[in-house]
Amino acid sequence: MVSVAAASSGAAPGIAISGASIRFGGHEIATALDLTIVAGRTTCLLGPSGVGKTTLLKLIAGLVPPGATGEIRASDGFPLTGRVAYMAQQDLLLPWLNVLDNICLGFRLRRDPAGLAAARRRALDLLAEVGLEAWATASPSQLSGGMRQRAALLRTLVEDRPVVLMDEPFAQLDAVSRLELQELAARLLERRTVVLVTHDAFEALRIGHAVHVLAGRPVRIGAAITPAGLPPRAVDDQQALALQAPLLRELAAAHASLRHAA
Amino acid sequence: MIRTLIVAAGLLAGWEVLVLLTGVPPFILPPPSLIAPLFASHGDLLLHHAAITVLEIVLGLAFGVMLGLAAAISMMAWPRLRDWALPLLVISQAIPVFAIAPLLVLWLGYGLASKVAMASLIIFFPVASALFDGLRRTDPEWLALAQVMNAPPHAVLLQLRLPSALPSFGSGLRVAASVAPIGAVVGEWVGASAGLGYLMMQQLARGQTPLAFAALLVLCVIGVALYHIVDLVLRRTIRWSADSLDTARSDLDRL
Repeated sequence: MVSVAAASSGAAPGIAISGASIRFGGHEIATALDLTIVAGRTTCLLGPSGVGKTTLLKLIAGLVPPGATGEIRASDGFPLTGRVAYMAQQDLLLPWLNVLDNICLGFRLRRDPAGLAAARRRALDLLAEVGLEAWATASPSQLSGGMRQRAALLRTLVEDRPVVLMDEPFAQLDAVSRLELQELAARLLERRTVVLVTHDAFEALRIGHAVHVLAGRPVRIGAAITPAGLPPRAVDDQQALALQAPLLRELAAAHASLRHAA
Repeated sequence: MIRTLIVAAGLLAGWEVLVLLTGVPPFILPPPSLIAPLFASHGDLLLHHAAITVLEIVLGLAFGVMLGLAAAISMMAWPRLRDWALPLLVISQAIPVFAIAPLLVLWLGYGLASKVAMASLIIFFPVASALFDGLRRTDPEWLALAQVMNAPPHAVLLQLRLPSALPSFGSGLRVAASVAPIGAVVGEWVGASAGLGYLMMQQLARGQTPLAFAALLVLCVIGVALYHIVDLVLRRTIRWSADSLDTARSDLDRL
């Protein structure tokens, strides 16, 4: 336990996925898949729905979704357990807790009073930063979809884990809030190992150090596209914009390949 | 509430008219106009017996709910216990509770205990099964989140499964509240020296049908009041039950 705690406070590890396979509804979604996630960087997985992105993410999170197998190893040799924060597609806010308590959920579940006190202070700061300070004691049902997603993002950040896995975290936001939250997330997740699953090519190019396109059935992982400069890249970043067109073409081909397979 | 009163008034009016038109003798079916004055003349008697029945119902409800809660939570906490307890629970439901009412009176006597036991037995099952069902139906995504957060099993049970099961527990409790009076009254019929069920049997045997009806009406009021009180308490405490059904379930792309 001590060694894990020591490791979790240290630098974010890289992740090696080897021999991952996913079977779902009689389909071979993935067979003998290998992927290396670079330490301290943001890796974006881009691809059409049904390609297996979410299952892959859950596998990394140690959730072992039904039908999925594979070996997940951290580059520092310590187990990943206890070092991962996970943000699902749904906000998963608990309706019986207020927004602040939802954000500090991990510390409540772990019965960690000292950590909870610190987490609450951090949560209040973050709430102010995303313009939700007035909603700290509100029930999640009073929040709009975008506000709920912000709260879910803050819950992920407050966990303060070296590895952060996110599944379409900004999908339900309007364009402006999406840009704002992308910037906030990129800033606050700096130097952590982040795997972000998205549909949005521009989002991947804006906040990813590396972007992989997932295509086909069984799925193939495309070579890393590495836009120059550091994320978050500006909305008018010329290189990111230039990369967008070929990436969209690759994504369109991925969609077509999946339709073909199905 | 207002609607309940209107429906009740309508039924009473229909009843009065029926008696008038058919000319049934009062010892078979007394009209409401004959029963109403009894609430004044026999008020103390009715109140005395009603208090006893209410006590039996409330105690039965309390014990039954506690047993149901304990059973559902321990079955969830210890899977091995569940494997043994679940068949036992189903078998226990195959025994008609009414059939064991005489046994309960034999074992526990004519007093309060046998009626409370009877009501508890009737209430236990809907509460235990509704809560257990709710505990099992916790959103798997919530459980996944808790797992990544390294939540210990007891925290998952108490902080996630239990609150998310409370709306189901609420429906079980509503059923329990509506069947609780049955347990108490059946117990009183089999053998008692007090209570509204006892009063009804006694008055019918003596041909005092109107007073038996008065007792029956008091029982109805108790039943309706109990249901509404339970419903009100549940609505106040489980505010999220409506909300939990439609939380962002639009995106079904879970692959």
